[in-house]
Amino acid sequence: MSAENGYPENGESQARNEGAVATDTDRLVNLYHEMVLIRAFEEACGRGFRQGKIGGYLHVYTGQEAVATGFLQAFKEGDKVITAYRDHAHALLLGADPKNIMSELYGKGTGIVKGKGGSMHLFDVERGLMGGYGIVGGHIPIGVGLAYAQRYHETDNITQLYLGDGAISTGAFHEATNLSGLWGKDGMNPCLFIVENNQYGMGTSVERTTAMTDLAAKFDAYGIENEKVDGMDLEAVIECAERVAEQVRESGKPYAVEALTYRTAPHGAADFFEKYRTKEEVEEWRQRDPIGLLEKKLLEQGPLDEEQLDEIKNEAKERINEAVKFAEESEQPPIEELYTDVYAGADEYLGEE
Amino acid sequence: MAETKTYREALREAMVMEMDRDENVVLMGEDIGVYGGTHLITDGLIDQYGPRRIIDTPISELGFTGAAVGMAMEGMRPVVEMMTWNFSFLATDQIIQSAAKVRYFSGGQVRVPMVIRGPNGGGVQLSAQHTHSLENLYGHFPGLKVVSPVTPNDVKGLMLTAIRDDNCVIFLEAGALYGTKGEVKEGDNAIPFGKARIAREGSDVTLVAYGRQVNLCLRVADTLEEEDSVSAEVIDLRSIRPFDEDTIVESVEKTHRAVAVQEQWRWFGVASEVAAIIQDRAFDYLDAPVERVSGAEVPAPYARNLELAAFPSEEQVANAARRVLYMEEK
Repeated sequence: MSAENGYPENGESQARNEGAVATDTDRLVNLYHEMVLIRAFEEACGRGFRQGKIGGYLHVYTGQEAVATGFLQAFKEGDKVITAYRDHAHALLLGADPKNIMSELYGKGTGIVKGKGGSMHLFDVERGLMGGYGIVGGHIPIGVGLAYAQRYHETDNITQLYLGDGAISTGAFHEATNLSGLWGKDGMNPCLFIVENNQYGMGTSVERTTAMTDLAAKFDAYGIENEKVDGMDLEAVIECAERVAEQVRESGKPYAVEALTYRTAPHGAADFFEKYRTKEEVEEWRQRDPIGLLEKKLLEQGPLDEEQLDEIKNEAKERINEAVKFAEESEQPPIEELYTDVYAGADEYLGEE
Repeated sequence: MAETKTYREALREAMVMEMDRDENVVLMGEDIGVYGGTHLITDGLIDQYGPRRIIDTPISELGFTGAAVGMAMEGMRPVVEMMTWNFSFLATDQIIQSAAKVRYFSGGQVRVPMVIRGPNGGGVQLSAQHTHSLENLYGHFPGLKVVSPVTPNDVKGLMLTAIRDDNCVIFLEAGALYGTKGEVKEGDNAIPFGKARIAREGSDVTLVAYGRQVNLCLRVADTLEEEDSVSAEVIDLRSIRPFDEDTIVESVEKTHRAVAVQEQWRWFGVASEVAAIIQDRAFDYLDAPVERVSGAEVPAPYARNLELAAFPSEEQVANAARRVLYMEEK
């Protein structure tokens, strides 16, 4: 693995924590279930997209599963999660039913946002998911505002704010992190920034977007403590997440983690990824696939054998097949839904009381 | 009961009333706290409510407007000051892409009860980058509400309604009129959105405007009465979205003639919408084509004489009224 790919050289990990933590085996097995479910979901999305059953854009989380899976281990009731458009995994991990998510992608009335948002706009407010957003960087100020409100209302909740490496170059990032650091000085911004650095904003590598490629260090400019973590190593992510989430919860100050990861899938369903990265590079990262690494660990430590791993994968596929079936069989949204939810209040279409 | 107050005082009174009534109401913006507000609307409030409710922000319209969207989604009611609406272009991604739409694309799971307020329009020689009338721009987007009050009573009453509304309200103040005085009703005078005000009753021609152009139309109505024995009705739209079609239509059914006046540029403006609504709903009542009087199609200039020429003048409006009455221009 080369440093140019963003992942640290062997033995020179920039991550402060190496992942050797007491994570009990049952928990790892459970999380393996979750990660495999995400992968199966994304694969089914790819099929649905190619079949023309899923419209619009499609951004899958394949290769990045350990990041959200690990960080959401630090999620407590009342916490909020906000992210950009690569949002399927976050919804699944927070407990949304894959059926409703798949239905959303299929544009059905049983979708998680009633067929009004699609892949990029999954919301499950009851479970803490405050949305997927479609404009790179645009959700970052919103997340900072959520965190302000959490402290304003005197809760001990925090906001987990996920963003990609591409968002770091937007003005929204710099304005919002400046506010977060500022408000954090008074304990008014319990915001945990999680930079999912998957090395590319669409087809442009981090090196081609900024002369200063240490994305965690960007937060230094705004007085926000930060670190990096190996986003392919689930245990390392969990250790980091639980430690820093507690710190944020306790202090009301923001904290940033750059999770080094890799999108082994194309950016969107329609990109030609060999134009901007080599097969060799993708292959190298696949060697460190988070699910592959976890399988290796589970096999070595012995709670599961190959057969059991296959069984878990088959169960996940079965569950996702049911979700696809549910989505296919669901009705389109009733046409009256076109005119609802434009405004809150008596007249949802015109906004008149 | 009513008392004479300035536009500035009436505006501040509404915000103070709502802050006292509801702890979730906070004010935020550039220099609104310690400095007292560029236009002194919020002067002294930081001493009364503290820095968690009167939030001085850095110069980052995009950042703090977006943060307000998040606060609103999480149960607060932020009132964001744009030092002037000209700076709101920096925040349009948050206003248009998030505040206006997030309720829809979340399938109704969130609401965004927030107000964005500040001075709008020209007239004080601020030239091109600091002079815009943005009613039509923000009025274009479903999900936003847009109001443009001109009297001290209306600025108070509409602000009360704006803060209580569960949606993002674009509150366009008549920046040139902060010092003007008028009668303001005591206590809770909340004015519903979507209701125009008949600023002056008349029977021969309808003048439709909003913001400070309403005052211009009132002066024109005096002139028409004195010089031409014409009785002009003046309608103050007050609310751009939702839009009160009925009041305009009823007036035109009575007068059969209309002139729509706006400070903004002619193309794609509110006056065009007024004209379209009249031809849609009152075509058979019309005795003349609807006239529009608008700003000159140029970026706002600095020199006083050029600036005056860039905005609708009393003469232009009076002559437009005379034309729809088939009278001779003066």
